[in-house]
Amino acid sequence: MQHKARIALTAIGLMGLSLAAQAQDGEKYITLASTTSTENSGLFDVIIPQFTDKTGIEVRVVAVGTGQAFEIARRGDADSLLVHDTAGEEQFVEEGYGTERADVMYNDFVLIGPGGDPAGIADAETVAEAMQLIAEAEAPFASRGDDSGTNRAELRLWDAAGVEPGGDWYRELGSGMGPTLNTAAGMDAYVMSDRATWVAFDNPQNLELLFAGDEAMFNQYGSLLISEERHPHLKHDLAEQWHQWLLSEEGQNAIGDFEVKGQQLFFPNAE
Amino acid sequence: MPSDASALTTALSLILGFDPALMEIVALSLRVSLVAVLLASLIGLPLGAALALWRFPGRGALVVALNALMGLPPVVAGLCVYLLLSRAGPLGELGLLFTPGAMVVAQVILVLPIIAALARQQVEELHQEYHEQLTSLGLSRQRMIPTLLWDARLGLVTVILAGFGRASAEVGAVMIVGGNIDGVTRVMTTAIVLETSKGNLALALGLGIVLLGLVALVNAGAYMVGEAARRRLG
Repeated sequence: MQHKARIALTAIGLMGLSLAAQAQDGEKYITLASTTSTENSGLFDVIIPQFTDKTGIEVRVVAVGTGQAFEIARRGDADSLLVHDTAGEEQFVEEGYGTERADVMYNDFVLIGPGGDPAGIADAETVAEAMQLIAEAEAPFASRGDDSGTNRAELRLWDAAGVEPGGDWYRELGSGMGPTLNTAAGMDAYVMSDRATWVAFDNPQNLELLFAGDEAMFNQYGSLLISEERHPHLKHDLAEQWHQWLLSEEGQNAIGDFEVKGQQLFFPNAE
Repeated sequence: MPSDASALTTALSLILGFDPALMEIVALSLRVSLVAVLLASLIGLPLGAALALWRFPGRGALVVALNALMGLPPVVAGLCVYLLLSRAGPLGELGLLFTPGAMVVAQVILVLPIIAALARQQVEELHQEYHEQLTSLGLSRQRMIPTLLWDARLGLVTVILAGFGRASAEVGAVMIVGGNIDGVTRVMTTAIVLETSKGNLALALGLGIVLLGLVALVNAGAYMVGEAARRRLG
């Protein structure tokens, strides 16, 4: 018995050593803090291997809400940022955490709701009108409520529509885009999503895309370089290569070629 | 909604197909949780035994604290380890954040109170029973620890399994400190969360069935070892 126990202990100890070794291996990689919309749609699974093939640099994606992504980068825990909150990104640079910000691609936000469309938003002229209709009908609306890029954009749209959301019909979930869509499907609520997550989402139940196309629902993604002065330990050279590749013709084409269910989900627009 | 049948077929095809990505995730899950449980046992068993044998001021408070920590929410443990290992934190220099090592640290914090608190109880009962015999043999308390732990080993296997159950089932801590990075820190539970968020409910449930099967295998192994030991002891 004791002999066997010793063998088992040794085996587990070796596993521990291999974990430690894995953490310290010399592979070239960067940690990218990014949003759930880019990860969940499958974009990274397609474009990162192309970058890695070319440069030998692995990109490790930590997919969180934009608010948390900024926080991770502020603390010096990510080498690079790819998020979608232009105002927040510019502030990040102004505060001295970032040295450069560039447009990479865009897609748009869409309003999703139950097939019956109780608030009648499908015929609205503008997104402001659509959101006013939801508020007037007091139809259930599922908000991310997690300070993500999508959440911040949603709050700006309510503001522009002159509506202060609140009350029983407005439900702040504090969840990522996917869980919010799952919940909205369960309670037949209206919800605002980025188009990529919506198209790739597999559990729509009764939900349908009801309103899209207003310019105010434009969703710009930006890539940021993090300040070397503030965080000298980060892999700035490798992050710079990733940043430049995203903006290069090759990276832009890779983004434009990405499709889910026959639909292009991101539109490259680097200058 | 996927039917239960489609989740089961998904689970079966995942297992039978030996999907390399799945095997990698399964292997990492097992490695992280087993290493965490081993480390927590090496610290927790002697700690629990010592708490059972020594009487000192504040011991009651320590026992209560240990018992309360069994209910520590994984997300809180994860957040504490994140702040500790973040570059801006005290141990940031180690560069452990977003690696399997960070996940082990978080799970040790979750599992240690369970193992120490339950071991204390087992050893205390045994000690009350054999206290006079052990004292008459002239054993010091320090020497009693290994003896009592060895005598309680059958019960302690269940204690360690409870710790393993906690480690393999939790998602809040490994999500924060590991980051659910594909191919680096993605384990069974974080993969289930990701697939659920994509609306891939059949795949998520299928992964859940695979995870449950794995935990059952580990428990079956421990049960058989225990039974064999019981037979030898007569």
